[in-house]
Amino acid sequence: MSEQEIQWFDEDGKRIDGRDKDEMRETKMEADVLSEADGSAMVEVGNTRVIASVFGPQDLHPKHLIESDRAVIKMRYNMAPFSVDDRMSPGPNRRATEIGLVAKRALEPALEMEKFPKTGIDISMEIIESDGGTRAAGITAASLALADAGMPMKGLVSATAAGVVDDTVVLDVIGKEDKKGNADIPIATINGGDEVTLLQMDGDLTKEQVDDCISLAREGCAELDQMQREALHEVYQTENGGDQ
Amino acid sequence: MQINTRTIKELAEEGERLDERDMDEYRDIELETDYIETTAQGSAKVSIGDTQVIVGLSADVEEPYPDQPNKGSIAVNAELAPMADRDFEAGPPGEEGTELARVVDRGIRESEAVDFEKLCIEPKEKVMVIFIDIHILNNDGNLLDACALAALAALKTGYLPAYSTEEREVNHEEKWKDIPMTKEPVMVTGRKINGQLLWDATRQEEEAQAARLSVTATEEDKIVAMQKGGRESLTHDEMTEIMDQAESQASKIREILHEETGE
Repeated sequence: MSEQEIQWFDEDGKRIDGRDKDEMRETKMEADVLSEADGSAMVEVGNTRVIASVFGPQDLHPKHLIESDRAVIKMRYNMAPFSVDDRMSPGPNRRATEIGLVAKRALEPALEMEKFPKTGIDISMEIIESDGGTRAAGITAASLALADAGMPMKGLVSATAAGVVDDTVVLDVIGKEDKKGNADIPIATINGGDEVTLLQMDGDLTKEQVDDCISLAREGCAELDQMQREALHEVYQTENGGDQ
Repeated sequence: MQINTRTIKELAEEGERLDERDMDEYRDIELETDYIETTAQGSAKVSIGDTQVIVGLSADVEEPYPDQPNKGSIAVNAELAPMADRDFEAGPPGEEGTELARVVDRGIRESEAVDFEKLCIEPKEKVMVIFIDIHILNNDGNLLDACALAALAALKTGYLPAYSTEEREVNHEEKWKDIPMTKEPVMVTGRKINGQLLWDATRQEEEAQAARLSVTATEEDKIVAMQKGGRESLTHDEMTEIMDQAESQASKIREILHEETGE
């Protein structure tokens, strides 16, 4: 492919998909989408679609993973073969393993793990369709699924990414912007607040730009947190008369 | 679970089921094609009751087999994701997933539903292979019928991407042509519980099942693939009974397909 100059912003400052710099893609969330799992949720952020499930707390295998004073999370991040343009061969790879690990760390601080010693919580994120931001959407979905499973939590976790494209800080980076942009910083926060549980970065930025990305992503997380609450309300207000 | 198994067996004797369906009645079937809008070359989501499966297609270009130099092919793969069922484990496909993929594959292959010759780009050099990836989201029984329907619906509504001989690259954005389809093989699975035949078993009913027979039939009422499963045997008469009912069960499902694909 030739390295053509892509015009990342038009004269009105709109991005290649028509969004403003600080605008998130159209996002939809739904809790309780699967009947077999203890908790589940689907999150769609633009063309990125993720389904998350939770089983547990339950017996943990293999036994050597057991911790005597708290629950242990087993996390699976998996991309369906048809979720990307060039078919993804099934099976784990290094990228998926690392994302599983950082997703686990993103969620754990918000959970009351010590209430379930010697147990395991199995979380899966299945990426059904991908256009950037799958780990963030996965974490947002997994947190909803944990709430749907009735897991005691200090708060919900939501995640999004901010990045720099053509020296401009933008929210919720899509696949194309990620590949050609200067940087991408996924962030997760608890209850859309100041506690950051996920941060990764690759690129080439000044400290000020990183700062701006974190601030913008935090605003996005706060917006997502609100939507998570609404999605839980949809399920639990109608079924249980508004508790939870 | 044990109590349910006993109840299911007792009810079956009376011709009744836990969810009060008739013995030959399927749960509600929902079919949505083009479910994956941007990254697949065809897709479908099928729900049968609480069972949910997605099939997505990816086409790629490969060298043909030497003995079939002008024929493309299909490759079916099934992922029994751990989210779908407490008993599914992460890892390479196990027995159940492998059987599922192969039985779906045979129904399409043996009926010649996809015209493999029309997948040929350049004889002996380049043919298209359609990867049919099955992803199970939620298992409440009868995965076989759900997956076969999703695969067929994805093929009927999917497309082959353009291939550039100069750049030796598939361009997924550009369409070459529709997938050349000749037939509509539909799989239906009958089960014997306590000597009684029932269709579209739930996961609980599967646990109580004695034996199952899956039959893939075309719209010309030809049988193109069968697979017996379950721990117990089936008599010849029992198999005939399942085959006799398979045609009408399959044609009901074919109607749902036509409603969605607009035929």
